[in-house]
Amino acid sequence: MGLFTELKDSISRATDRLFSEQEPKRIGIYGPPNAGKTTLANRIARDWTGDAVGAESHVPHETRRARRKENVEIERNGKTVTIDIVDTPGVTTKVDYEEFTDEMEKDDAIRRSREATEGVAEAMHWLREDVDGVIYVLDSAEDPITQVNTMLIGIIESRDLPVLIFANKIDLDESSVKRIEDAFPQHKTVPLSAKEGENMDEVYDNIAEYFG
Amino acid sequence: MPKATNADDSDAPDGVQIDLISGERMDGMATMEKIRMILDGVHDGNIVILEEGLTPDEESRLIEVTMAEISPDEFNGIEIETYPKSETRDSSLLGRIMGGDETEAKLTVIGPANQIETLHKDETLISALVSRN
Repeated sequence: MGLFTELKDSISRATDRLFSEQEPKRIGIYGPPNAGKTTLANRIARDWTGDAVGAESHVPHETRRARRKENVEIERNGKTVTIDIVDTPGVTTKVDYEEFTDEMEKDDAIRRSREATEGVAEAMHWLREDVDGVIYVLDSAEDPITQVNTMLIGIIESRDLPVLIFANKIDLDESSVKRIEDAFPQHKTVPLSAKEGENMDEVYDNIAEYFG
Repeated sequence: MPKATNADDSDAPDGVQIDLISGERMDGMATMEKIRMILDGVHDGNIVILEEGLTPDEESRLIEVTMAEISPDEFNGIEIETYPKSETRDSSLLGRIMGGDETEAKLTVIGPANQIETLHKDETLISALVSRN
């Protein structure tokens, strides 16, 4: 093969890689602490790969580092979409180690809060640099109109990232999907219970449609 | 870098200082200058009120830098509230190229999380209950 042909093939391969439709999209799972992000990430990962992403807990900031599950192939209506799921720590503007001292010793609580702050900073950085789309998870039993949610949705919109809002925990009596739809009417809201596996078909249909 | 407050700590009265920062003062400042000014004020226990809010990118960096500065028993973060952006803002690509990406928020209130007991917002009012500890 001549030098010119080799060069042309090399450029072609690089271009193909750059613009490949097959390249998995990095989908960040964002939202406030305890909205059920890791439970959802685990549900998706288990349904399509058989493996979990990370530990789940009722203690805030259980997820303190972004965790990625690569090459999750979701098949919907004869079409396969491949995504990398990035489970992120719950975004907040404050972290107080004393929140955890009921559950653990002071040293462990301080370590946990340090890891949580580093994780949130990392998640914000990733949002600016490293995700192709966002699944924004909200606890449908809680008021969605908080400053953090409004800021995060605004940041996501300003970056023109495709976003799906998931109204999680519809198994709870206090759940109100309408409250979330009314808070963010500019985005599609999908109700679900990641814990109970309710409405996951609609979840996967929407993931395939938005991020495929 | 100049701080938003000129108060000398040793002469500071027992109270809560409120820094009302005009849009004019923020004009021309780089993102990190704005964030430094806000967080320096909040570290001093002040309530910082911005006449003009921050852009989404600046808000993102404010959260990131706040997280980096949280320290046990010293600083546990911020409370922040902003009025909603104008319903009429132009979010089209052309609008952003023409400067529509600039903030149109009316007012932002930021304070130290350990001193703000509640920070409530409705359509026309942001109300903060601040402790002096």
